[in-house]
Amino acid sequence: MLTLQQDSLRSGEKEKMPLEGYNFAYLDESTKRMIRRGLLKAVAVPGYQVPFAGREMPMPCGWGTGGIQVTASVIGEEDVLKVIDQGSDDTTNAVSIRRFFASTTGVKTTTHTAEATIIQTRHRIPEHPLTEQQILVYQVPLPEPLRWLEPSEKETRTLHALEEYGLMNVKIYEDIMRHGAIAMSFDYPVRVNGRYIMSPSPIPRFDNPKMHQCPALQLFGAGREKRLYAIPPYTDVKSLDFEDYPFEVQHWDEPCALCGARHTYLDEVVLDDTGKRMFVCSDSDACAENRARQGMTEVSHD
Amino acid sequence: MYVAVKGGEKAIDAAHAQLRRERRGRLDVPELTTEQIASQLKLSVDRVMTEASLYCPSLAALTVKQAMGDLQEAVFLLRAYRTTLPRFGSSEPVDTSSMRVSRRISATWKDLPGGQILGSTFDYTHRLLDRSLAGEGESTLPPAPDKGEGICVKGLPRAMSALGTEGLLEAVPEASSDTAADLTRRPLVLPADGPEDRPVRLQTLARADEGFLLGMAYSTQRGFGAVHPFTGELRRGFVELVITPEELDFPIVAGEIEMTECDTVSRYTGTAMPPCLTRGYGLVFGNNERKAISMSIVDRALRAKELKEPETGPAQNPEFVLLHGDNVDASGFVQHIKLPHYVDFQAELSLIRELRAAKQEDSPARGERSC
Repeated sequence: MLTLQQDSLRSGEKEKMPLEGYNFAYLDESTKRMIRRGLLKAVAVPGYQVPFAGREMPMPCGWGTGGIQVTASVIGEEDVLKVIDQGSDDTTNAVSIRRFFASTTGVKTTTHTAEATIIQTRHRIPEHPLTEQQILVYQVPLPEPLRWLEPSEKETRTLHALEEYGLMNVKIYEDIMRHGAIAMSFDYPVRVNGRYIMSPSPIPRFDNPKMHQCPALQLFGAGREKRLYAIPPYTDVKSLDFEDYPFEVQHWDEPCALCGARHTYLDEVVLDDTGKRMFVCSDSDACAENRARQGMTEVSHD
Repeated sequence: MYVAVKGGEKAIDAAHAQLRRERRGRLDVPELTTEQIASQLKLSVDRVMTEASLYCPSLAALTVKQAMGDLQEAVFLLRAYRTTLPRFGSSEPVDTSSMRVSRRISATWKDLPGGQILGSTFDYTHRLLDRSLAGEGESTLPPAPDKGEGICVKGLPRAMSALGTEGLLEAVPEASSDTAADLTRRPLVLPADGPEDRPVRLQTLARADEGFLLGMAYSTQRGFGAVHPFTGELRRGFVELVITPEELDFPIVAGEIEMTECDTVSRYTGTAMPPCLTRGYGLVFGNNERKAISMSIVDRALRAKELKEPETGPAQNPEFVLLHGDNVDASGFVQHIKLPHYVDFQAELSLIRELRAAKQEDSPARGERSC
């Protein structure tokens, strides 16, 4: 739950601090407030990139410091946290971030999407539909969707301010001329609430439609670039396209080899060096749930 | 057989354990103490303190040890600690004019008030291996001078004041406010190319990676941006840190820190001002002349817009220099490509397959070169 002005260093509760010498969720309260103020502005202007004084975190930039700072600012003792990387709770960095919050906050963690109140993610949106009770926190490497078209931050901020998005339309047009399709497979730019063009972070374009009218609050943190942005619940999010070349998501010819799902994002797993491969759900929790529902046995992890 | 990326927790624990063993190195060699690092690898410690923006030799030595001598990793460790520290207040501006000087040179005057003080420097050493350092036991040390190590002259006049009131040297601009902005508490606002942005630029440069600044400074000397600097004065020594605590209404000295300061001058070649000398400024913790000189050259280069000079090199572009010199940011982002990118890679694969299939449908007969 997003608890504003929450002061987690209330007197008498200090003995509950799980990691000695550090505040609840690592950041000091004034830093959290500064970030929450930025988030409020971000929610008020959907898709607008709010500069904030990003802190050095005890993980490197690029490892999700933006998302971590956002989570640290909104997490409270009652929250249940889920962390995924590439859709999975078990990738090394997801493990590392989940442990970080477990040790600095002592909150309950989970791998089940439905149980979580805060889900921090890198590169995926869970397959399980989100609810109004949830916050999805994205780790963002490069918040500026126009960066590959215009390297200067000064220029791109001006373009956003003037709603001057011709560059992006030309890029998409050139893609179609050159390749016959819009050649962007992930980090596919979206227009939020009919105004700002926004980077959805490097999620596959398969996940883009999940952002549209999503009941959950979606918060984005870019630590190194020091930017916050947000999509409030039930906001229009449209993937950029042209009428005659509509946006399309990825699809696979075969179902998930483990659970048989047909409409999930699949990872390609190379099986041997003769090119044999299989396709399995990228969202490990959704895949396990599917298998449990069908009464299938748990896949061995060894 | 499907091998999922499971067992991340176990792998991380095992990796951490292995790292700790490797850090310790061979067990028959005595463990390094942080005192040894602070006193015998002082220049490493100085660099870490400067780029971490935290003056604390003992903690910096600890980070060098913990990082196995990787100085950028050490900077990162110290920064991550610094960010958790409370702010008690701001010191008074450091007065480098009253520095207790252990080295001071000017390359613009043969002699000057206060004189040239060579002090300790690698500058005129011949880079021949000193094999006595590799031997067992103590190497023989030269005897200490009678007056104790270092000359430590206090209150030396500034070399650049020798230019006097002739107006040849641009004036030091008035500070726009009493308190400097804190880059670690307020994000950098671009374009940051005006004279009022110089404090925040200098702050960014002081924290920037030494190698990056060195390369930037070097590029201006080779023609990518016009700075032809002279070292007006380079001084190193100890300065007092003065604070006025809220509960007291008078200033007290909190202690001394070692700093290196560099004042460079270069002839103004633009047309917006009459012919004169312009200045660049560098100031870093500890003993680090390479960084202080590089900083002053890049500071000067970044004033191109203010001084209406043509921008011909990357070192004159504030956005380029200020956003790319931080080694904690850069090292993290460059290396984050080690993290899994299965999802994006899969997205790219399917896109390439789609595009190739579409191409083949378009022109099946043309027999395009396959790759």
